[in-house]
Amino acid sequence: MSAVILPHTEGQTAKSLRRLTIAAKALSRPVKFMEVCGTHTMSAFRCGLHSLMPRNVTLLSGPGCPVCVTSQGDIDQLIELAKDRDVTLCTYGDMLRVVGSEGSLEQCRAEGADVRVVYSSLDAVKLAAENPHREVVFAAVGFETTTPASAAAVIEANRLGLENFSILASHKLIIPAMRALLESKDVRVDGFLCPGHVAVIIGAAVFQPIVEKYHSPCVIAGFEGPQIVAALARLTELVVEGRAGLENLYSQAVTEEGNLAAQAIIKEVFTPADWQWRGLGKLKSSGLTLRSAYAKYDARTRFNLGSPTGRENPGCRCGDVITGRATPIDCKLFATACTPVRALGPCMVSSEGTCQAWFKYHHVRTPKKVEAGS
Amino acid sequence: MCLAVPARLIDCRGTKATADLHGNRVEISTMLIPPCKPGDWVLLHAGFAIQTLDEQEAQETWAVIKDLRTTGGKP
Repeated sequence: MSAVILPHTEGQTAKSLRRLTIAAKALSRPVKFMEVCGTHTMSAFRCGLHSLMPRNVTLLSGPGCPVCVTSQGDIDQLIELAKDRDVTLCTYGDMLRVVGSEGSLEQCRAEGADVRVVYSSLDAVKLAAENPHREVVFAAVGFETTTPASAAAVIEANRLGLENFSILASHKLIIPAMRALLESKDVRVDGFLCPGHVAVIIGAAVFQPIVEKYHSPCVIAGFEGPQIVAALARLTELVVEGRAGLENLYSQAVTEEGNLAAQAIIKEVFTPADWQWRGLGKLKSSGLTLRSAYAKYDARTRFNLGSPTGRENPGCRCGDVITGRATPIDCKLFATACTPVRALGPCMVSSEGTCQAWFKYHHVRTPKKVEAGS
Repeated sequence: MCLAVPARLIDCRGTKATADLHGNRVEISTMLIPPCKPGDWVLLHAGFAIQTLDEQEAQETWAVIKDLRTTGGKP
């Protein structure tokens, strides 16, 4: 794997765009790359990147927004906890407005439920320590970047001997989702723009099997426009060269092996489990559940929640959008019944969601329509 | 959700620290990174430092964020 110096200056951005354009001219067929991080989604739209792309290079948004990939059943369990179990539910702000089968956490809060937005998982532990007679549940959602924080919260609660703290774990792993997409027959992906901050934790080398087994180029990038442009230029050049390589354009933060301390606490607290994803179904070993040593911190067991079921809005196409099978404008609800003010699907709710990105930025110049299933 | 931003450490106390986020002071955990000292730059995510950073790289990232602000984007 090679590491490349990050381009930051305006001149270097222009050079990357030029490289992208030159490489695109050498392509023998149109290509589609996919980013699998909500922050990449938003940054690419905010920078107007889609309008600068050569016509034969498309950047799709994949299952990288944690709010968007969380299944309806998991959201329903959070709402059930807040609404019916008389607990203090702590969540990152992203989850507040996501609509479950019946309402959202924000609606529950308006109706009197004790739902708190926290900046850090440790804020939830502190709340539990300060209120020993009150059950406090932390909504543990997110990919590998966020998982160490949840593991740390469980370890801290255990150290303090808290009996009133638990987590509802819905953490997911990005590699099984990338595998599922590559094995899918109805979505073609020619390469991945890999998530920089997930890679800070799991390390660059973890993407190597994707490159080798599926012959799919992978480029790890940071989150600013210039970094994304450089990554797309490299992806396109790799396709032209017919080479499936792994490159790290975020080498100032991402190492080969990742953050070993973070990996260690994830491994201590969690173990892989089959998990339900919106749009992808149930994927083998794609999520994390608490190890038996920490089972008493599992809110599902503590409150006897059972397996999540969940009922999705039949008109909502978020599941297709986050797997590249459709774009937001293919959904009849988009910008009609479903808007950021009154969102029906998680991709419109989330500030990192593809639908919200399209709603906010696509009026500048509508990105090319992606042929679903091609 | 996976957004992380550069922050400069002001005060370090074991695995806890006070960090400066362009004028905002926040209490963070440094349990995931090697021992650090005031003045060090880290990549901060949801209250946890997840990586140490070179100062020049950190300043360049903030420069890009600032540039996005002045050109109409939100950081």
